[in-house]
Amino acid sequence: MKAAAEMYAPATSRRSFDVERVRADFPILNQTVNGKPLIYLDNAATSQKPAKVIEALRRYYREENSNIHRGVHFLSQKATGEYEGARKKLCSFINARSTGEIIYVRGATEAINLVAHSFVQEQIKPGEEIVISEMEHHSNIVPWQIVCEKTGAKLKVVPINDKGEIILEEYEKMLTPKVKFVSIVYISNSLGTVNPVKQMIEMAHEQDIPVLIDGAQAVSHARVDVQDLDCDFFVFSGHKMFGPTGIGVLYGKQEHLEKMPPYQGGGDMIKSVTFEKTIYNELPYKFEAGTPNIAGAIGLGYAVDYLNDINLDDVYIYEQDLLAYATEAVKKVDGLRIIGTARHKTAVVSFMLEDVHPHDIGTIIDSEGVAIRTGHHCTQPVMQRFGVPATARASFALYNTRDEVDALVQSINKAKKVFQ
Amino acid sequence: MSELKSLYQDIILDHNKSPHNFKKLENANRHAEGYNPLCGDKYDIYLRVENNIIQDVSFEGAGCAISKASASVMSSLLKGKTKEEAEELIEVFHKLVTGGVDPMEELDRLGKLAAFAGVSEFPARVKCASLAWHTLRAALENKDDVVSTEK
Ligand SMILES: Cc1ncc(COP(=O)(O)O)c(C=O)c1O
Repeated sequence: MKAAAEMYAPATSRRSFDVERVRADFPILNQTVNGKPLIYLDNAATSQKPAKVIEALRRYYREENSNIHRGVHFLSQKATGEYEGARKKLCSFINARSTGEIIYVRGATEAINLVAHSFVQEQIKPGEEIVISEMEHHSNIVPWQIVCEKTGAKLKVVPINDKGEIILEEYEKMLTPKVKFVSIVYISNSLGTVNPVKQMIEMAHEQDIPVLIDGAQAVSHARVDVQDLDCDFFVFSGHKMFGPTGIGVLYGKQEHLEKMPPYQGGGDMIKSVTFEKTIYNELPYKFEAGTPNIAGAIGLGYAVDYLNDINLDDVYIYEQDLLAYATEAVKKVDGLRIIGTARHKTAVVSFMLEDVHPHDIGTIIDSEGVAIRTGHHCTQPVMQRFGVPATARASFALYNTRDEVDALVQSINKAKKVFQ
Repeated sequence: MSELKSLYQDIILDHNKSPHNFKKLENANRHAEGYNPLCGDKYDIYLRVENNIIQDVSFEGAGCAISKASASVMSSLLKGKTKEEAEELIEVFHKLVTGGVDPMEELDRLGKLAAFAGVSEFPARVKCASLAWHTLRAALENKDDVVSTEK
């Protein structure tokens, strides 16, 4: 087994990354909160939207709104064109083989539930196993617990070490013939850990076990290539990659999707309906019952354009530098402990400050205009693993700066002072 | 910063640092556990109630400064109170942190509790301040199970 987690590592940047220009693309950043400039460090919860995306939503509702796939009239054709155009953009964004493999869903959560329901639950038998890791988001735990409850299958959890890294030896041991599915997060939202998913997929495939990758935290920070990863399913949410809420993607290999029964029944997912027999539509429409989030999909297409324009390789390099800077800066705060110190991380800094509770930190630094998240981040097992009730988490995106890191540190020091 | 000052009053900071009645009450005859699953705050409230009067009170647990100070101040006010008086305090406190009373007009009734007036400016923290009080109510009713802020 390879010791090091091999990870996405782009070639050195060809162009320089101009963060001030990027910031100007995000209107929301240009405001004050509690009389201080807004410093938005809650990007793992949701990212802000560039003007391009906001404008696309506005234009859609002002000029193009109509239902898709149904009308012969001008607007319907225009909306359908944009909606399907966005699917093409998403298809090349993650390098899927065809647009039939790009299913629109509400977000990562719905995508995982779809796979749990229509793929795993269909096949798994009592006593067989589903493997996840200890650092999963609740959305990649609960759907599997539901499957287990319904089928008598068992959930197996790969432990993580004190740095917040998956213990690959344990994972390898767990991949017995009983295992029928693996579902693993690419990048942890509470720790920032980048998991060696390519290697983990390979290991599972050696035993013919299909793998789902939860890419909710990945797509806005690094380039994703689902063919290179060779994952069976890949899920992500639009709102964490500068797109609208309520839209996301389930990627699945065509061979799987074709065999899977629909998730919901209704309009658009059928070819023909009689009371005797209904013929399901082809991919991807088989899984898209009812009028979808048309505006959301179109907006997400523009978010993809945005990321293509600024180049995710450059973003990756920029954010790694910011992470190194932030890690050093917060470490200098007396009594601060970082939770999640994996060797391969994205720009997430989860921390505890002596005996100051994370919620008190959150409230105090909010008064300085700094928005972070405090709580369990929908990863309660991670909190239990590290023996803390909650953490304070600063999560960065491509528009954050070193100055903002400095302001974060200052505000943490202020919180310390209040509690001296 | 001025609003923040009014949240983290000295009384609150002091009670957070050195909470009163912070122990398990060995001869308690009422007990309840309060839990806020959103932030992990968890407190046990112990009471000894005799002839409808709270003879003794204590609490244990962990959470943020607001929740801990609230439990501590609460515990310091309860000794010698009847069940009805305690319920009245719960009512007043609830109104205070949700902005339902003007603390300046009610200073007499509020006493030390007035320190929590600032909470009403921080909607996200109302549950922190209220946790111990919800738990107290459960203990008074002798519901020996976990009260959650999310139920
Ligand atoms: C790693 C991870 N997986 C899944 C999700 C769920 O995403 P959504 O709530 O958009 O469905 C999140 C969101 O916080 C996440 O961070």
